[in-house]
Amino acid sequence: MKKRKILEFAGEWALKLSVGISLAFLFLFLFMIFSKGAGRLSISFLTQMPKNGMTEGGIFPAIIGTLSLTLLSMLIAFPLGVLSGIFLSEYGKPAWLVSIIKTSINTLSGTPSIVFGLFGLSVFVIGFNMGVSILSGSLTLAVLILPIIINATVESIKSVPFDFREAAFSLGATKRQVITRVILPAAAPGILTGSIISVGRAAGETAPILFTAATFYTRRLPKSVMDEVMAMPYHIYALMTEGTAPESQVPIAYGTAVVLLLLVLIINGTAILIRYRMRKRRNW
Amino acid sequence: MKTKEFLFKYITLAAASLSILFLMGIILSIFKEGLPLFNDINFSDFIFGRKWHPTDEPADLGIFPLISGSIFVTLGALLVGVPLGVGSAIYLSEIASTNVREALKPFIEILAGIPSVIYGLFGMAVLAPLVRKLFNVPTGLNLFSASIILGIMIIPIISSLSEDALSAVSKELREASLALGANRIETIFKVVLPAASSGVISSIILGFGRAIGETMVVLMVSGGAAMLPKSIFSPVRPMTSAIASEMGEAVNGSQHFQALYGIAIVLFLITFLSSLLMQWFAGRENRE
Repeated sequence: MKKRKILEFAGEWALKLSVGISLAFLFLFLFMIFSKGAGRLSISFLTQMPKNGMTEGGIFPAIIGTLSLTLLSMLIAFPLGVLSGIFLSEYGKPAWLVSIIKTSINTLSGTPSIVFGLFGLSVFVIGFNMGVSILSGSLTLAVLILPIIINATVESIKSVPFDFREAAFSLGATKRQVITRVILPAAAPGILTGSIISVGRAAGETAPILFTAATFYTRRLPKSVMDEVMAMPYHIYALMTEGTAPESQVPIAYGTAVVLLLLVLIINGTAILIRYRMRKRRNW
Repeated sequence: MKTKEFLFKYITLAAASLSILFLMGIILSIFKEGLPLFNDINFSDFIFGRKWHPTDEPADLGIFPLISGSIFVTLGALLVGVPLGVGSAIYLSEIASTNVREALKPFIEILAGIPSVIYGLFGMAVLAPLVRKLFNVPTGLNLFSASIILGIMIIPIISSLSEDALSAVSKELREASLALGANRIETIFKVVLPAASSGVISSIILGFGRAIGETMVVLMVSGGAAMLPKSIFSPVRPMTSAIASEMGEAVNGSQHFQALYGIAIVLFLITFLSSLLMQWFAGRENRE
């Protein structure tokens, strides 16, 4: 009897401890990044070009680079992802094709991001002769985030009640009308949530753009999608591993990390807020 | 009217089929660039060769040190991430009050989205100097530090998926166990956890895949020495880190270039098998 009591006590504390340690680690991590980088933030840090071989100045081109890569990859992946999701959940025939597509999506989502980088290098950069450019990088990122958008679409369409379809069909709507006018509007907040999360993913990825889009240093902003760009994640990596003046580079790396972190936290926070409000408001 | 219906259906079909095309594109591109290597050296020398000196003349292209680097770092990460991640999941699903759970779940979800390069920065600038001082080792950029950072990084992934699996266990099962006189901890470990085992295992496999495929953390924190580690404080060079750091200098089409694509093939096969395994476990859970 005594032993059971001790085990119960120990078990409960072990579980509490594991949460405590996890949260402590994660808080420490966030705290260190913010405390070392927040002091760096200023309007000029966000809006100026880097100076003196990356040892002074701001990160404006890296911000522009990340925004353009993220935006373009979303423009490519979002329509493809939503259309794919519609096919998988509403048409779903022939079964053999659907099962191949689902296996492909699962495999894509488990593939390491550096492998996407090599794919982008040999297909877009070299194969299609796009060079190291915003376009090559965005296409690579688009393939990477496609599974997230497809899965979000399938899940949110699945949660639309069957009555909605039946009601629309009984009014004489065609399948396409049911999908575009009834199901998609009902599923939109869920699709949006998943897609916003994939924006955060695209903004923070480094490995896929290493050889397809990113450059350590440019003196000018990109003029077209065929230009190479600086990007915040790559900027952090490069400042930490290249260059000759770590004492002035590391603080800039922290500053860039805070900007990137805030961007991703705001993006993901928005997604979670949308989902929360949607669940509260939904009456089905 | 008919044509519009027809068109819409086939546009969605075409979009969905692109996923197959993309997967094929990945497989074909890494095999096309990587396979020519095996005209020159045989596959088992590549996998089991103990020396990685890709720029020597003639080059030594054995990736065993890189594979072992990946495996050791990943095992280390799982040693950190699995107990903490699964433990947190159990706490959230079984012990925490609804308010605590509802507050912590989105927080964990947000953490899962933090870019890995920021974890890498933390590892390089904060953890590595600490490890070097604390254990009095020549460099803090090593197997140990990389495992800890990767382990912390996969906690949110493992815990949110495990939590889903635990929450899906039916309430009756818990009530039956409690009614038989088991206490809460006995119920958790002898009834709920076994019932959710498939889901928990698939969360661990997902964590494994994430850790072995992660690039930026190991590139920045693991030290980069392409040697078999002698201790947990040895610097290592996992496969992803070799690709990322060497591709820039490898000449397009050279043996070194092909070998890096060869590493990508090995990496792809490992993650492909682990995602099949995960789907099998996930399917088993659904059948149960």
